[in-house]
Amino acid sequence: MDKKEMRIKILKAIEHEARVDVSELAVRLGMDQTAILNEMNEMEKEGIICGYLTLVDWDKTDEQTVTALIEVRCTPQRGQGFDVVAERIYKYAEVNSVYLISGGFDLLITIEGRTLKEISRFVTEKLSAQEAVLSCATHFILRRYKDHGTVLAKKYEDERQLITP
Amino acid sequence: MTDPIAKRVTELKPSGIRKFFDIVNEMKDAISLGVGEPDFDTPWHIRDEGIYSLEKGRTFYTSNSGLKELRSEISRYVEASQGVRYDPLSEILVTVGGSEAIDLACRALLNPGDEVIIPEPSYVSYVPCAVMAGGKAVTLDLKEENEFRLQPEELEKAITDRTKILVLPYPNNPTGAIMEKEDLERIADLIIKNDIYLISDEIYSELSYKEKHVSIISLPGMRERTIYINGFSKAYAMTGWRLGYACGPSLILKEMTKLHQFCIMCAPTTSQYAAIEALRYGQRDVDEMREAYNGRRRFLMNEFKEMGLKCFEPYGAFYVFPCIKEFGMSSEDFCTELLRRKKVAVVPGTAFGECGEGFVRISYAYSIDNLKVALGRIREFIEELKAQA
Repeated sequence: MDKKEMRIKILKAIEHEARVDVSELAVRLGMDQTAILNEMNEMEKEGIICGYLTLVDWDKTDEQTVTALIEVRCTPQRGQGFDVVAERIYKYAEVNSVYLISGGFDLLITIEGRTLKEISRFVTEKLSAQEAVLSCATHFILRRYKDHGTVLAKKYEDERQLITP
Repeated sequence: MTDPIAKRVTELKPSGIRKFFDIVNEMKDAISLGVGEPDFDTPWHIRDEGIYSLEKGRTFYTSNSGLKELRSEISRYVEASQGVRYDPLSEILVTVGGSEAIDLACRALLNPGDEVIIPEPSYVSYVPCAVMAGGKAVTLDLKEENEFRLQPEELEKAITDRTKILVLPYPNNPTGAIMEKEDLERIADLIIKNDIYLISDEIYSELSYKEKHVSIISLPGMRERTIYINGFSKAYAMTGWRLGYACGPSLILKEMTKLHQFCIMCAPTTSQYAAIEALRYGQRDVDEMREAYNGRRRFLMNEFKEMGLKCFEPYGAFYVFPCIKEFGMSSEDFCTELLRRKKVAVVPGTAFGECGEGFVRISYAYSIDNLKVALGRIREFIEELKAQA
């Protein structure tokens, strides 16, 4: 197995199972444990692996959270496109993600707050106040059915017969 | 009153798995590693095509051989994977699972008293199909020391003047054994020399973890004497859709289609539409599922090694077939005790032929988490047995 193939296999395995034990991963992938660790370290340094996160369904906790998806139209800056405005936006800690998109809008932002008010304050006072921002459309997320490839709504149940030939 | 049941049916031995199945069913809280079907759902895009066909009102019969479009896709698939072409119009039949194709092949080929060589351990339906078709089932005991691959010497010994068919069940349920190209080449001469026909059941062909699966049809002189059987159940996790197919020389396929026409009419239409989608756009799903099974297979083998359970390394299907002879129990006793004491259900090797004695079949069509819990209990069980001895 070459390095490229090995890296893809590791990434695919840990993308949805960040907490997997490396010695178990080595067995499952038929690779050497040290080799996996080395490769993971390298990929962390190269910025290919950017973090190991936990997928939380906050709705099932007592913690109040509100998530919004904001489409933003803005004027690109000469020589720098949307990079400067994107940076000015992603520096806010409450901003979760910022994407440059095609279509009627330029940026897509997701943001998390504790209350609706908190988010509306961000939109009116911070986001819309940016010079480059022309307009935005804010969508509040009412329910998360699936996130990061994981269905949150329902648990898997094995309905097969116990024994079949 | 006369006996309502035909003698040949009464004489047919019920499936060995049945008795054990009844015991398992009474244990509602048991963890099972006994299932012979994928744990994945059929990929959604395939299910969606089935649903769409229903919405469109495609609820009619198809032609006896199956939708032409589907047969063309099957032809393309077999050619791409094995380099052998079958004419969609005269050499392909869509059946109700691979099982129906096995039955049809036996009935189309066998004259009373013709012998069918069936290597065992293997799937439960070859013997009854051969017998009900008027043939004589000649079972051949495969050996663990050969990784349950069929050896030319074994085959030669089983061949008689009456031998008509050899069943080739690889990748194998229950052992997980495969036959690689060299293994197939070693038996090809014997097959030609003795003028034997083949029923090659390759339902697990996509689940091969060493090299890509090689079918015997790709060897010279084999296509014209082989009924190649495959289907959608294992590769695409479509067991409940009941859809398989047979490919072979038109002379044989014509007669199989005749039988199929009288007893089945046609395979389920909804399933056929879904299967077209599976063959056109399902390869990625197959590859992903294979990767997942392979990870579990390696995991299981490693766990067995650590708990000191003897098992040859299987490279196909989704089963491992560890040897339990060292515990001095029959396979059935072992499985019953494991179920009683630890509430884990695995299948006695004897369900797949007498030579399965001393082995159990463990399926890894389960999530890793599920496997971990079950293996933990098997380890405890084995340690208890060793302490008793």
